[in-house]
Amino acid sequence: MKNEFKIIANLLPEQSRVLDVGCGDGTLIEALIKQKNIDARGIELEEKKVKQCISKGLSVIQGNAETELGQFPDKAFDFAVLSQTLQAFYKPDNVLNELLRIGKKVIISIPNFGYWQVRTSLLFFGKMPVTKSLPDSWYNTPNLHMCSIKDFYHFCDKKKIKMDKIIGINNEKISSINRINLEMKNLLSEVGIFLIS
Amino acid sequence: MNYKIENIKQIIVTKPLKLDCGQTIKDFPIAYETYGKLNKEKNNAILIFHALSGDQFVSETNPVTNKEGWWCTAVGRGKAVDTEKYFIICANVLGGCMGSFGPKNLNAADGEPYGLKFPVITIRDMIKAQESLLEHFEIKKLLSVLGGSMGGMQLLQFCALYPDKTFSAVPIAATASHNAQQIALNELARQAIMSDPLWNKGNYYKDKKIPKNGLAVARMAAHITYMSDKGLQERFGRKLQEKKDYEFTFDADFQIESYLRHQGNVFVDRFDANSYLYISRAMDYFDLSKQFKNGLVGAFQNHRARFLIISFSSDWLYPTKNSKDIVIALNASGANVAFAEIKTDKGHDSFLVNEPEFLETLKGFLDSNFEIFKNEK
Repeated sequence: MKNEFKIIANLLPEQSRVLDVGCGDGTLIEALIKQKNIDARGIELEEKKVKQCISKGLSVIQGNAETELGQFPDKAFDFAVLSQTLQAFYKPDNVLNELLRIGKKVIISIPNFGYWQVRTSLLFFGKMPVTKSLPDSWYNTPNLHMCSIKDFYHFCDKKKIKMDKIIGINNEKISSINRINLEMKNLLSEVGIFLIS
Repeated sequence: MNYKIENIKQIIVTKPLKLDCGQTIKDFPIAYETYGKLNKEKNNAILIFHALSGDQFVSETNPVTNKEGWWCTAVGRGKAVDTEKYFIICANVLGGCMGSFGPKNLNAADGEPYGLKFPVITIRDMIKAQESLLEHFEIKKLLSVLGGSMGGMQLLQFCALYPDKTFSAVPIAATASHNAQQIALNELARQAIMSDPLWNKGNYYKDKKIPKNGLAVARMAAHITYMSDKGLQERFGRKLQEKKDYEFTFDADFQIESYLRHQGNVFVDRFDANSYLYISRAMDYFDLSKQFKNGLVGAFQNHRARFLIISFSSDWLYPTKNSKDIVIALNASGANVAFAEIKTDKGHDSFLVNEPEFLETLKGFLDSNFEIFKNEK
């Protein structure tokens, strides 16, 4: 399981109710159920991945998170998790509002556009960056709304969303992010994980 | 319709059953069939509900018609619903014509077949009547319930009535209530039957002159709704039936005409016209949300079964939207639910034909849930 999922799993208390939005083949959900006895559900767009989840006995529904989160009641889950997909929605701010409505807390991870490799790609080569966490070219990337850790931090500030915890990942290294080290971590982290409410 | 009754297993339901129409019935037969073996722990039982024109003969050879069971694609040795592993039960619905209490049964009051004196039944009545089977086999909790189309309606009704009696549930191409179009199509079928002079207000059993034409037209109309536009076009197109040119008559020039006529003709040999009226009526009356204060959400409040809802992209009779409404209600009630829409051109009938994507999903779900169920105890 990738490092990011391990960090997310650590943030989630045992036996909580969790919705994994864009759960893919269900790797995270499966781990949460097995390791922490978490009541984990998922929603996924791709039919093939949904089938994989169902075959593992996971409760995953096929659907588009952009338009179908409305079916869940307010505070239906202790946590809603969104791993590296916020930037792929047409209206990320709407999706975020929905997540904050259906989850008591929300865990969001974002591929950081402020990462130094991304910056140097544009600065020195004048080309759209292709990195480990941004593997697609400009013409086939699903990402519509890229942002940096700093962008998302300021966005939460402005929308008065409480940031309980922010974690930066650089390869295997993880570090805590706060207002003071934000500039530095925005440069050095490949992925940012926000626990918000 | 010369049934070899010795091939039909039955239980007699002695408990009085108060029907939704107000009448009470008791000491009536429910016919059933089983496949596979019930294990010692009694945790491998699956109850299957059949659709409008189905019966209890799910798999192997139907001993009455000598044709394949209606769900041989999914149920059997080594199939998605593996009879080597699971114990399958299926009952003929109340109102049916394959051995369960229905309009062709004799009325003790006058010794004549009931015909239209048979009480109008509902999906809920069907489920209450079948519940005795679980007692019969002394099964406390089923591993799963499966049902497509009207079978899916029965399944939802079963789950709403008996929330603790199944570990998992798979409604397929189903709906929680019949909409105007679905009622309209059933009405078309009923009118076809009732406008056949031989129907004779339901009294046709004595002279054995059955309303074949009406029932065949009803079946033809229904059959069209089970297939998609694209599926029909690919299979039949404008192909002619064993001829090179039009014959300028009203015989079956086109293959599709010939196919539908055949479907109509084989149906009348195994199905009772009055049963068709009664069962289709039960489908029209079905609206699960009306039975609970809180609507459909209330039907599944605090439900602990694990649901898998399946719909088919080209099904226009019970389209994905019907299935999604069920998913939404289940989610709103906090139930455990999975949902998949299978992409296929095979229309509503996708669950009956060999549709690998569907069968794999069903198999994966059942097998993984069997493991979870076994470990739960």
